[in-house]
Amino acid sequence: MQLKEVLDKYPQSEDYLIEILMDYQKHKMHHDLTEEELKTIAKHLDIKESRVSSVVTFYSLFSLEPKGRHVIQVCHDVPCHVNNQTAVLNTLKTMLNIDVGQTTDDEMFTLEYTSCLGACDKAPVMRIGEKTFMNLTSNKVKAIIAEYRGRKHA
Amino acid sequence: MPEQKMLTKRIGDINPLSIKDALEKGTYKQLEKALKMNRIDLIDEVEKANLRGRGGAGFPMHIKMMSTAKQESTPKYVVCNADEGEPGNFKDRYLMENDPHIILEGILIAAYATGASKGYFYIRGEYNQAISIMKWAIEEAKENGLLGTGIQGSDFDFDIEIRTGAGSYVVGEEFAMIESIEGKSGRTRVKPPFPTDEGVFGKPTLLNNVETYCNLPFIVDMGGENYSKIGTKTSTGTKLISLSGNVTNPGVYEVPFGTTVREVIEDLGGGVPNEHKIKMVQLGGACGPIIPEFMLDLQIDFERFEEFESKTGAGAIIVMDERQDLFEVLMRIVKFFQHESCGRCTPCREGHVHLEKLVHSFFKGDGNPNELYSLESLARVMHHSSLCGLGQSSPISIISSLSYFRDAFHDRMAFGGGEK
Ligand SMILES: Cc1cc2nc3c(=O)[nH]c(=O)nc-3n(C[C@H](O)[C@H](O)[C@H](O)COP(=O)(O)O)c2cc1C
Ligand code: SF4
Ligand code: FES
Repeated sequence: MQLKEVLDKYPQSEDYLIEILMDYQKHKMHHDLTEEELKTIAKHLDIKESRVSSVVTFYSLFSLEPKGRHVIQVCHDVPCHVNNQTAVLNTLKTMLNIDVGQTTDDEMFTLEYTSCLGACDKAPVMRIGEKTFMNLTSNKVKAIIAEYRGRKHA
Repeated sequence: MPEQKMLTKRIGDINPLSIKDALEKGTYKQLEKALKMNRIDLIDEVEKANLRGRGGAGFPMHIKMMSTAKQESTPKYVVCNADEGEPGNFKDRYLMENDPHIILEGILIAAYATGASKGYFYIRGEYNQAISIMKWAIEEAKENGLLGTGIQGSDFDFDIEIRTGAGSYVVGEEFAMIESIEGKSGRTRVKPPFPTDEGVFGKPTLLNNVETYCNLPFIVDMGGENYSKIGTKTSTGTKLISLSGNVTNPGVYEVPFGTTVREVIEDLGGGVPNEHKIKMVQLGGACGPIIPEFMLDLQIDFERFEEFESKTGAGAIIVMDERQDLFEVLMRIVKFFQHESCGRCTPCREGHVHLEKLVHSFFKGDGNPNELYSLESLARVMHHSSLCGLGQSSPISIISSLSYFRDAFHDRMAFGGGEK
């Protein structure tokens, strides 16, 4: 989706800034926002660029760095931790051959930690993009990653 | 003690995506009744019910409602706090995904009573499903004349918009949330003024947790006096508990106040699986105390929880068995808060850096008596001098561990410690 299309969806008022950024970033292949785009948004809402930048750096779901096509976020808070989250993480690291905070060479996957996803009754938990996977085991993780790798242009 | 389902009674029975179903099962009937009542009488019922906030702090609802109602400045706002970012909590998600209309009915009653004309429903950005369901519910409510102008044929006008978070825990704090709704970074400020005086866009704002609003239809239905008979004398009503960790049946349970932590874990949660034993339990979420097994007969009520100097009322219970290492758990908790700190005040911003180093020392088995002393005093300083609830409550897990698991710290000192 083009930035202009997203901007047109919302009232031209600065309190929609976070909604606009979230909506637009979602549609981007590498889940990042560029300086150029922040400028355009600031101009559209008639606010300072620094205001937009401060919001983008404050909220952890925004990124100024390009990421992999699929961002994998593993929850590492206590309820997941006591339910063997480490096994899930290790399986992911081995399969993707990257560490937390890195992106695979083919730019398919980025591996990250996330704070609690509010699904602690089904721990351990991870998200890929907007999809939450629960009650994970190493085998389930293997199947999920294989499935994502198998998709051509998903 | 068994569950006492009130807020969650219809869950499983009701289709969250159908307002028709919700209406058939009686939703919005209490709104109809409330709209015929005098606003002040309505708030009086909430006072008789003694409803206290379910988002953590347990503040009396009627005081906030009355102070918003009395404001002359307009428009007035109602904000529903569905940010739920505290590790171990998932009851608000459960309500949103399963019975969105009971929440909207509660918000509408609060809006009518306070004279608010506009609402914001703030949901954390990670809750995709809850966001879609609430959006759908709001659309359906609009189509059915339950939002907009002249609601249910009265002269009450009210509209509500969803706002989503973007990955920040501190935005769950009321002032930070107000900033975020205005499209800004979620930084908190000193109070007063309170949101009821100066909230969203500087206007009077009633801000409450999802579960708190859900109680209003039941208070209207049974009357404040009858409602106040549920629970204990001073903590009335029911509480939704998010039960997780090393437990056979984790999930959301609704119990009357006065139920003990042990009853929730053993009777409802089925205890710890695979013949493991409970070692410790964290109450309230990451910001709450960690207590040992022998304290589990603690009652769930506002007074007992306040004894821990913490605002642990959100209702999480995280069970940890004997395989879990206290220091690894503390490391996770400290890292969570360090990551989520907004950086505005020094005790919290700098404190977490040192806290992490100190806890890590014991985690590695390298602690010493000086570090034990520093850890204890730093935790207290942060607890007493941080600007907002994040920095104030983050050290609670450490302070409680130092009280109840002191030996564990000695065991993790290089050379076996000295102080013992
Ligand atoms: C760091 C921090 C995070 C908070 N997060 C939440 C939250 O996710 N949901 C919530 O209802 N209250 C949260 N609160 C409490 C709110 O500030 C506020 O007290 C509450 O929403 C009021 O509603 P209640 O009276 O119905 O509980 C948080 C407080 C702090 C200090
Ligand atoms: S206590 Fe922490 S989160 Fe709260 S204002 Fe201070 S730095 Fe920010
Ligand atoms: S701790 Fe992982 S989902 Fe809550």
